[in-house]
Amino acid sequence: MSPRGGKGPIHPATPPLSEPSAWHDISLTVNDEQVSAQVESRLLLTDFLRHRLRLTGTHVGCEQGSCGACSVLLDGVVVRSCLTLAVQANGRDLRTVEGLAGPDDPLTTLQQAFHEQHGMQCGFCTPGFLMSLAGLAEDGGTPSSDEIDEHLTGNFCRCTGYVNIRKAARQAFGLPDPEEPSDG
Amino acid sequence: MKPAPFDYVAARSVEHAVELLAGDTEAKVIAGGQSLMPILNMRLGRPELVIDIGRLDVLNHVRISESGALLVGAAATQTQLLAHPGINRGWPLLATAVSNIGHPQIRNRGTICGSLAHNDPAAELPATAIALDATMHIQSSRGLRTIPAEQMFVGPFMTALAPDDLLIEAEFPLPPAGAGWSFREFATRPGDFATVGVAVQLIRRDGVVADTRIVLFGVGGSATRVHSAEEVLMGSSPSRVENQVRAQLEAELNPADDVHASAGLRQDLAEKLTIEAIAEAWERCA
Amino acid sequence: MADDNSFGFFGRSLARVEDDRLLRGQGCFIDDLDIPNVVDIAFVRSPHAHARILSIDVTAAQTMPGVVAVYDGASVADRIKPLTNSEELRVPEGIAALNPVVKIQPAPILAVDEVNYVGQPIAMIVAETRYLAEDALEVIEIEYETLPAVLDMEAALEPDAPLALEGEVDNIGVHVRHGIGDVAAGIAAAAAVVDEIFATQRYVAAPIETRGMVAQSDPFTGGLMVWSTTQTPHRVRDHVAESIGLSVDDVRVQSVDVGGGFGQKGILVVEELLVPFAAHDLGRAVRWIADRHENLTADAHAREQVHHITLAADADGHLLAVKDRIMVNLGCRNMVGLVVPYNSLCHLIGPYKVHNVDLEATGVITNTMFTSPYRGAGRPEATFAMERAMDRLAAKLGMEPTELRERNLIQPDEMPYRTGLLDRRGLPQEFDSGDYPEMLSKAVDMIGLSQFRQEQKLARQEGQHLGIGFALYLEMTGLGPFEGARVEVMPSGRVRLYTGAPSQGQGHRTVFAQLLADALGVNPTDIDVVAGDTASIPYGVGTIASRALVTAGNAINQAGGLLKQRILTHAAEFLEAEVSDMQLEGSRISVKGTPAVGLSLAELIRTVPKLVGGSGSDGLSETSYFQPPNYATASGLHAAIIEVDPSTGRLDIRDYVVVHEAGKIVNPMIADAQVIGGVGQGIGGALSEHMRYDDQGQPITSTFMDYLLPVSSMVPDIRLDEIVCPSPTNQLGVKGLGEGGAVGPPAALANAVEDALRPFNIIVRSGPLSPSRIRDLVRDPNHS
Repeated sequence: MSPRGGKGPIHPATPPLSEPSAWHDISLTVNDEQVSAQVESRLLLTDFLRHRLRLTGTHVGCEQGSCGACSVLLDGVVVRSCLTLAVQANGRDLRTVEGLAGPDDPLTTLQQAFHEQHGMQCGFCTPGFLMSLAGLAEDGGTPSSDEIDEHLTGNFCRCTGYVNIRKAARQAFGLPDPEEPSDG
Repeated sequence: MKPAPFDYVAARSVEHAVELLAGDTEAKVIAGGQSLMPILNMRLGRPELVIDIGRLDVLNHVRISESGALLVGAAATQTQLLAHPGINRGWPLLATAVSNIGHPQIRNRGTICGSLAHNDPAAELPATAIALDATMHIQSSRGLRTIPAEQMFVGPFMTALAPDDLLIEAEFPLPPAGAGWSFREFATRPGDFATVGVAVQLIRRDGVVADTRIVLFGVGGSATRVHSAEEVLMGSSPSRVENQVRAQLEAELNPADDVHASAGLRQDLAEKLTIEAIAEAWERCA
Repeated sequence: MADDNSFGFFGRSLARVEDDRLLRGQGCFIDDLDIPNVVDIAFVRSPHAHARILSIDVTAAQTMPGVVAVYDGASVADRIKPLTNSEELRVPEGIAALNPVVKIQPAPILAVDEVNYVGQPIAMIVAETRYLAEDALEVIEIEYETLPAVLDMEAALEPDAPLALEGEVDNIGVHVRHGIGDVAAGIAAAAAVVDEIFATQRYVAAPIETRGMVAQSDPFTGGLMVWSTTQTPHRVRDHVAESIGLSVDDVRVQSVDVGGGFGQKGILVVEELLVPFAAHDLGRAVRWIADRHENLTADAHAREQVHHITLAADADGHLLAVKDRIMVNLGCRNMVGLVVPYNSLCHLIGPYKVHNVDLEATGVITNTMFTSPYRGAGRPEATFAMERAMDRLAAKLGMEPTELRERNLIQPDEMPYRTGLLDRRGLPQEFDSGDYPEMLSKAVDMIGLSQFRQEQKLARQEGQHLGIGFALYLEMTGLGPFEGARVEVMPSGRVRLYTGAPSQGQGHRTVFAQLLADALGVNPTDIDVVAGDTASIPYGVGTIASRALVTAGNAINQAGGLLKQRILTHAAEFLEAEVSDMQLEGSRISVKGTPAVGLSLAELIRTVPKLVGGSGSDGLSETSYFQPPNYATASGLHAAIIEVDPSTGRLDIRDYVVVHEAGKIVNPMIADAQVIGGVGQGIGGALSEHMRYDDQGQPITSTFMDYLLPVSSMVPDIRLDEIVCPSPTNQLGVKGLGEGGAVGPPAALANAVEDALRPFNIIVRSGPLSPSRIRDLVRDPNHS
């Protein structure tokens, strides 16, 4: 299948004229690109990203903050985009899964680990996991096993049973498997 | 599950926010949105105006006052609090309680004051605020006033805030020198709202309990300070009065069955966690 | 054909071709489709469990901002036929001989007179955005007269019970009774009898992606194009065509990337007829994406069953008789007939030899969301009842549970084994292969049973409660009647494979390419798989019931072999050589021994139209359908070691072992992950998932804050081992294994809890084993 989207400047779609809630002009960076748009007050950040910017890698699983499928990096920290209004992203820096590796770039270490450890099946929750773990990586240094586990409990997966996701996270951060003897 | 229509305003200042609140008693304040957004998305609340105070620099602080109290502005996130260099040494009870809130993803947006103003009965912060004898600083068009934490949390999802009040800061005094503390919580899955939790601050003097604050949550109503159990401890030591403490908890608490836990489990957990917390706080006294 | 095709991709853990674009966020799930000017749909849903609709007024909604159209029951009643899942409701001849009751209770597309569950669709709003559609929902005025809600199965079966569905004579949707031998005699002769009630709670499959559909009319042909999350695209095509009154030739259903299905997306709901109807009626592209609230409350539920089970055994533990009265909560109407109840029935005795069996299943109609298959489709419920009963019997006889099981297992030299019962096709049930004793012994070894018993004793002395539990089951996989594969060489020389079995995460694009690569002699990297596009292959069944690998896999193998012949024949003609001298390897056909004499597939396909005196049967394409002659019987054994804290009800899984048997394994990495994924779901059901209603029939677990999915910390690193008993029912020797992982955990964990808390004398009769349930059981052992 040929790749879609993610290339070139983003031209946001405008809110429908029928929308009753007040519109706002916002300006923000999305995956290192400057974006200006008009958004209605009640538009969720998830819908702004997916339907106005056509960045459909961020997924919707629950719209009440439980599943983590919608996770993005807002000013470098991982947040649930379904619990954020688009207008609240004004002036902020946003990174979505599309911003991890460019369309012509190789996969990042984290993405590659998910591939090698078979840490994804349907792939729907995967962007959320990637962004949660990317948020952890933003702090620099190597997170502890506990920190990784804590981040992982904030994301649901229904397909994998998590075992391979944990393996992928450990591989990405260079942590040993529990059974393997560690040198430290 | 999309919100009903509302207009959004990013408050330009605290005065602006307060003015807007005075003009529309149905308006809702948003900072991190972790409590409000699910309500809006499910259309359980339909304010016509949502006032964002999350951008106000004047509210975005976690700092120590001249008197040594911890001041947390309304826009400060839970993650920000945990990152404060003095938090673990000065307010370990608060740090532990906050680290039990949800997941890092929630704490990155959720605010301390937002959680206090929302007063979910299963939330960690209201009970912790009472245990630490915190003070709420509230601004409205009528002026600035303060409320002690113990008077703030009136009932589940209900606080002493009037519709036009804005909680602008939570003040946590430095715990008394040598005070012991403990925070215990039981949740079905890590990061879930607590089934039951307890926050304890305790002062030991001359081998007995000189003062204590024991606050439970998830036991029915909102955060509950169990005075009767505290009285039993005063002038004694935890191991000597364990049964009496249990008896007081048994008598005073009346949790109900709900979809998350049976009344019996909540009662058992309340007793178990409280006894453990008291013992731990006692050990921690210097 | 296709025997020695050891080009060698079968059995290899090839990395998945699906991953790259999904990792980059370049997937195309249903809500990702960029369809210009698409409008969004929202539904008005019943707030009552049971009510008459007295009046409905949609006029206010029609003038709300951005609203394009509003439909209510009256406006569509003459234009869309009610939904009857004819495939699932069909009663095979052999089963008909049992005189089953299978009520036909078509689902109204939009409720007109009566609503039978909270969440039932009553009106459909089409608007410019979902936000605007939800605004319009709220101004629709509906007057109801509430009716008594029938919620409890026992109460529903009382003679004077109110009717959950008006116009029916009772609340029975399905009934079947089947058995062999003389159960009464078996019980009378028994040294030990266990008579118990074991229940499985209501679940929701809840994939992270909810159900959705996009439909639009082709601007030129007027035909309908439907993109869907369905697991069964051809069925959707047929139902849409029939319901709306279009030719099946003019409806096309295309699968997109799907975020998990697990059976919930394998059953049609009325919304999936309304969406294409709206597209057709309005001449516009329309979209419906269920939100999570709809997914949890108004999309298919599953698993609610109660078993009154009796096991009778002699003093040595040999089973003399098994009797089970099963109640299955069908929900608001009989949507899928005998599928789940009969699955429970014919899987109940599993791998045990029993000659006196009396099984009865009753599907009860209640004012709740309808139930349908979810990963296991009746087998987890049956396994729970049987494996719990076996443990109770072991306790009664003072025997190790594994010892009791060992004494009753069908032996490998008895395979193929006929139980004496009829399978779901109405034919004699025959297990094709398996080695249950070996499976048991491996699992016992891996979990370290004898060492554990020592550990357990010591731990108890310290006040620590450890327990071990086992669950053994088999599953008849590879359900027919058929699946197809069409393979063709494309103009570019690449090979394209079409099949009716789409993927929801199982890695079909990788695994099917492996199979075709071996059959054909082409690299998997030169193969593209298109699954679930009804325009590309005229007939298909879909991906449900652990069938895709067996049925589609073998169809692919067949088609691949046929295509290879065709390629070699054409090449021979072109090169003026003998067919027997030709070989195809890595997209190149050459003469054996002289590799320079040959051509690529790209070159060959170009020659086809121009071959002088071409054979008349030209083109490099083959279609093949595989009809499985029998089920392929897979099996598994789960063993769990847990620790329970009786004072808090906290349960920690210390070790979890699965020994599974699913014939020859095509891609071990993917196969293992399917098992583990199933175990994860099973653990969720065992410990925390419970879809609940209050006594008014209002769902009270309607968000993920209340319907508790398992999280990472709840699923330990599962240890796996396998046995391979190639299935004699198909050439590849494969069996299905998508569901097995979910079948074992509720029974294994319940058995472990009872074992851990033996000093307290509790009996675990139902799940989930939440902290409250465990604590309450300890405090009051008679608490069920």
